[in-house]
Amino acid sequence: MVSSSSGASSRPSARAGVEVRLEDLKRRYAGVTALDGLSLTLAPGELVALLGPSGCGKTTALRLVAGLEETDGGRVVFGGEDVTNVPANKREIGMVFQAYSLFPHMTAMQNVAFGMQLHRVGVAERRKRASDMLELVGLSPHAHKYAHQLSGGQQQRVALARALAIKPKVLLLDEPLSALDAKVRARLRDEIRRVQLEVGTTTLFVTHDQEEALAIADRVGVMQSGRLEQLGPPMTVYSRPATPFVASFVGLTNRLNGVVRDGAVEVRGTRLPLVQTDATNGPAVALVRPEAVTLAGEGDSTPGPLNGTVIATAFLGATSRVTVDLGDVTVLAQLATSDAAAHPAGTRVRLALRPDPVLIERDEAAPDHG
Amino acid sequence: MTSAGIPAVKAAARPTGGGRRLRLSWLGVVPFFAYVGVFLLLPTVIIAAGSFAAKDGSLTISNFTSINQPYLVKSFVNGAVVSVVSALAGGFAGALLAYAVVTGSPRGLLRRAVTSASGVLAQFGGVTLAFAFLATLGTTGVVTIFLKDHGIDIFPNGVWLYELSGLTLLYAYFQIPLMVLVFLPALDGIRPQWREATESLGGTTWHYWRYVAGPLLAPSFLGCTLLLFANAFSAYATAQALISQGNLIVPLAISNLLTSETGRAQPGLAKALALSMILIVTIVTVLYAVLQQRSARWLR
Ligand SMILES: Nc1ncnc2c1ncn2[C@@H]1O[C@H](COP(=O)(O)OP(=O)(O)OP(=O)(O)O)[C@@H](O)[C@H]1O
Ligand SMILES: [Mg+2]
Repeated sequence: MVSSSSGASSRPSARAGVEVRLEDLKRRYAGVTALDGLSLTLAPGELVALLGPSGCGKTTALRLVAGLEETDGGRVVFGGEDVTNVPANKREIGMVFQAYSLFPHMTAMQNVAFGMQLHRVGVAERRKRASDMLELVGLSPHAHKYAHQLSGGQQQRVALARALAIKPKVLLLDEPLSALDAKVRARLRDEIRRVQLEVGTTTLFVTHDQEEALAIADRVGVMQSGRLEQLGPPMTVYSRPATPFVASFVGLTNRLNGVVRDGAVEVRGTRLPLVQTDATNGPAVALVRPEAVTLAGEGDSTPGPLNGTVIATAFLGATSRVTVDLGDVTVLAQLATSDAAAHPAGTRVRLALRPDPVLIERDEAAPDHG
Repeated sequence: MTSAGIPAVKAAARPTGGGRRLRLSWLGVVPFFAYVGVFLLLPTVIIAAGSFAAKDGSLTISNFTSINQPYLVKSFVNGAVVSVVSALAGGFAGALLAYAVVTGSPRGLLRRAVTSASGVLAQFGGVTLAFAFLATLGTTGVVTIFLKDHGIDIFPNGVWLYELSGLTLLYAYFQIPLMVLVFLPALDGIRPQWREATESLGGTTWHYWRYVAGPLLAPSFLGCTLLLFANAFSAYATAQALISQGNLIVPLAISNLLTSETGRAQPGLAKALALSMILIVTIVTVLYAVLQQRSARWLR
């Protein structure tokens, strides 16, 4: 994976990324606790993605860092300096909104230059840096267009250039890609990452799209109900989710009934090791990733313990996702597309679960659990 | 010429097929155009024709040259003054009220109350409005008498209510709500991200108004104020009911020229005045439309 690359920037104009600390941030709105003690430290130049379902407090966290909203508790620290009581316009932040944030009466160039104008940068310098920034985001040919003459993706590039033109200490992006269609989204996502690595600005990226978070971030923070459930590199969050919530929110998960006995969960004849070491014996739901499910044909020499019928195959490119009906439950298996081709819909298969450590969940809210 | 040119000419000359199909969808707007024709275009044509006609029916421009009489010029100036002042006062007050409305919640009580009240009050002109003012602020109005009883004379230097200043006050009464109605859409088009983007770029509230909201709203504000001007300039019934005689503003002068009881009515001159007014109001309205279109491009 890409390491966080402060200092690695080749641009002399770039400000070295600073450390950004969110300490026990709290925020309540009439009756609703939007943030319930959020702590998070971003290393200089690091890109952290905050991921979570709608209403979990991602935007609130971002706005507290920006200074657009007041905290009810906790601190925000940029590079050792407490900015909790510093107004937004003195915080030196760069902000990219979901959509429609370009000033409609200014050209792309004027939008990018506006922040420098406010910072009293000289006209010549302003113009030079604005065109540099537009070049950085690949929009030089569109410098003199207005927002309504640019596509959604182009507008977001201008917004990114505008945010970075003032050399902010922190770059904050609130679902900058969610208003775009899938293809543009993936391309612009990589573009944002490239630019961010190049300028080395510490970045907080808010999204509810797990694929986006896993693809772009140095570390992913998964949020629920105003708290951080897990913070770690994308690989860890995906393959070793810390809580059942993370397991079911990030990636697809099969939920299979089983029984916990002596430190393992037995699911339909297969014993799977547990992630949770303190699980008590008794019924539980095991969360099994589709990648941990393998299929074999009925006549194969290494038959799996479970019999089922393939009912659908979703082609995802290099891999395919196969839905297998076991009679009382359907199971998703993610296979190399070449392997999946051997099991078209309608064929009988034998199914096995790879004994990777799994998380368990206890459905009927057992009071001793957690 | 070269042979290549010949087929091109032929192709261009060929009539395009299938272009002549009766569009039934036009039927739907026939009543509208019939209405506009009968109540707007036809009277305008009659006025235009009449304004160039002498008493004996011959063609003349004397009706227009005789507008240049002190009392008629005065009525134009008066009308312009009332309209400009009431448009500016109504424009600023209405814009502020509209701004207060959009800063509140979009479905809140304030917004619903102000917009429905504006919808009613913007139409509350004419005799009703004049009567309401006479009954409250007239020489024997409730408020006037109440204040007099408490030692306050609101008419120390004559009854200004029946003069230009009174008319301006009266006009402001429907100009403010009209401004709220026509200016709200522009304010609704202002996105909160723009203020926050300005802030994040290091700008203050002043910078936001100076460089972002101000320039964005200016065309619409100017356009709406022009509409208010046209609205006041062409108003007749309110002034007629408040000030039943004299030639204070152009519509009153026209009325007097048409209905003079001494047999000295001058319909030609009245029509020339009316045509001049139509011209002024049309120009102002076109300017309004142009400015609105310009701001609509930004504030969708
Ligand atoms: N201005 C506000 N007034 C009242 N409640 C608010 C306000 N802003 C946010 N909330 C509440 O705070 C909680 C967190 O909101 P927030 O916008 O941070 O969520 P989010 O994670 O960004 O969600 P989404 O993915 O939908 O954008 C929600 O329950 C929301 O209803
Ligand atoms: Mg949000």
